[in-house]
Amino acid sequence: MTLMVPAVNVTDLKDTTLLNMGIFAVFVAITMVIVIRASRNNKTAADYYAAGRSFTGPQNGTAIAGDYLSAASFLGITGAIAINGYDGFMYSIGFLVAWLVALLLVAELLRNTGKFTMADVLSFRLKQRPVRIAAAISTLAVCFFYLLAQMAGAGSLISLLLGISDWGGQALVIVVVGALMIMYVLIGGMKGTTWVQIIKAMLLIAGAAVMTFWVLAIYGFNLSDLLGGAVETSGNPNMLNPGLQYGKTETSKLDFMSLGLALVLGTAALPHVLMRFYTVPTAKEARKSVVWSIWLIGIFYLFTLVLGYGAAALVGADTIKAAPGGVNSAAPLLAFHLGGPLLLGFISAVAFATILAVVAGLTITAAASFAHDIYASVIAKGKADADTEVKVARRTVVVIGLLAIAGGIFANGQNVAFLVALAFAVAASANLPTILYSLFWRRFTTQGALWSMYGGLSAAIILIVLSPVVSGSKTSMIPGANFAIFPLSNPGIVSIPLAFFLGWLGTVLDKRKEDPTKQAEMEVRSLTGVGAEKATNH
Amino acid sequence: MGHDAQETDAAAAVDFKEVQSTTQFKELRKRHRSFVFPMSIAFLLWYFAYVLLADYAVGFMSTKVWGNINIGLILGLLQFVSTFAITGWYVSYSNRKLDPIASEIRHEIEGHEFDKHGNPVGGTAK
Repeated sequence: MTLMVPAVNVTDLKDTTLLNMGIFAVFVAITMVIVIRASRNNKTAADYYAAGRSFTGPQNGTAIAGDYLSAASFLGITGAIAINGYDGFMYSIGFLVAWLVALLLVAELLRNTGKFTMADVLSFRLKQRPVRIAAAISTLAVCFFYLLAQMAGAGSLISLLLGISDWGGQALVIVVVGALMIMYVLIGGMKGTTWVQIIKAMLLIAGAAVMTFWVLAIYGFNLSDLLGGAVETSGNPNMLNPGLQYGKTETSKLDFMSLGLALVLGTAALPHVLMRFYTVPTAKEARKSVVWSIWLIGIFYLFTLVLGYGAAALVGADTIKAAPGGVNSAAPLLAFHLGGPLLLGFISAVAFATILAVVAGLTITAAASFAHDIYASVIAKGKADADTEVKVARRTVVVIGLLAIAGGIFANGQNVAFLVALAFAVAASANLPTILYSLFWRRFTTQGALWSMYGGLSAAIILIVLSPVVSGSKTSMIPGANFAIFPLSNPGIVSIPLAFFLGWLGTVLDKRKEDPTKQAEMEVRSLTGVGAEKATNH
Repeated sequence: MGHDAQETDAAAAVDFKEVQSTTQFKELRKRHRSFVFPMSIAFLLWYFAYVLLADYAVGFMSTKVWGNINIGLILGLLQFVSTFAITGWYVSYSNRKLDPIASEIRHEIEGHEFDKHGNPVGGTAK
């Protein structure tokens, strides 16, 4: 199988900068018009946070896929497969299977029980104030980790496209991306960002489909030949076998388990995904949206398998690692190799848009959580009117936007999929036990919820800080220091079971009992949808 | 739903404990749990079996079956297949077994709201 396309010359990329920027500008212009049109009747809090619950299942499912298929999925997984072969494929599988937890155990029950945020559900039958505060803090923490990953992706992409490897130049472009994102969210609210997600998801899936078809065509639609090509270019037959990245030591094998656990349990606890279940009118539509997104996401991950091995075969791991942007540049480099500057421009614009839209979704989630859970319920003690609440949410958007810009400037160079996996671990530790216990365990109490949320959250974050991710190795965020006393780079295998255990322990040791009538109300509402639908149809 | 419910709630005056103790509701809960719990355990076991194999049975996973396609890849793709299959199965189960009962209970409860008495049945709200 000889290569039919000339090898990638990374320096050529700079000549296409104008074209890339042009395609990106067109996307921004079109989506901005849509956002402005969509926002015309944003009046109530339900409009701003939950898009007036006006989306259909398929629309919302596409938007969920858009939220989920972030830069991590596209740039990160393709890069991970291109460099680490089979071990990168693990991300795809974990990210997809995780949706079954959301579909079977969480989505519909949550839609039936809450209004705007995750905290609505968690505090339903427990003590409002402490549980709301805990849920809002963990929402903000997860969103922050997720934002870091997206901004790191933006940094990688920009350094590749513009050939900017100096810190100041990359920082400037991250500021521009951040400013655009703030505008989308301020103007469009949930409805605007949902439309951006829908458009972006379709473009991303279409772009990936074209590239997949192209790569397969080069290898005569023979997957075995494509895999052979990847082995040939890399010179390493272990590309196709598990263990290339994680099989080296007993510790790294444990790390792989930990990653697997975090991936499969994280999705159903991601606040920005949970919030999307509120943008549909009924639980049945929530179910439909999850089904849609499972199909879209699954098909997309099958594409990334081909794209990852395609990049390994056609571009080569050495070229990818040497390119500005490193691992995350596999997909754009493959696009350049296949379709030249035009395809690169399109794919990069889509990847940019992906980052922009996901960051917008995260920001609105964090802002809603702060305004709805901390400001309206705790600071103003439920006396704030909806207008003030939305006003607070808008101000929060600006603050979070600035934080994301700052974080993005510092979190460069790490694999985005890996960073997102950390956000998954934090979400699964801090949120999932409490979500499941409060939906399914009658005896669960406030103390259990608080122990589980604070315990899981702090365990996950402390273990990340003490892990090789932050210090102690060449690829750490602070390479100079070494306080990595925790050997695993993903904390899930410790922090997730710990959070489940703490939730149980806090409950059985709690002398207070929760109000059984609230438990009855929550159970009946969650399973039947009583009140949830009528209450929101004005 | 507490203090922040701004919209009028159709179900605010319902005795949820009474609804919870009806056989109809118990049946709904049983049907829901008897599907989602075993299914969740099954797919999680299958997923972790796969992760463990990829982690500790590298030799087995690397066995080539057809060309360059090995057992690891096939099992990975089967994870996709099982995810799609369980999704489809759940949707058809919900449509057949869960939705009819749920909407029946919902109509009954929301029917109460339009009762001539208009009295809170159990005073459970808030």
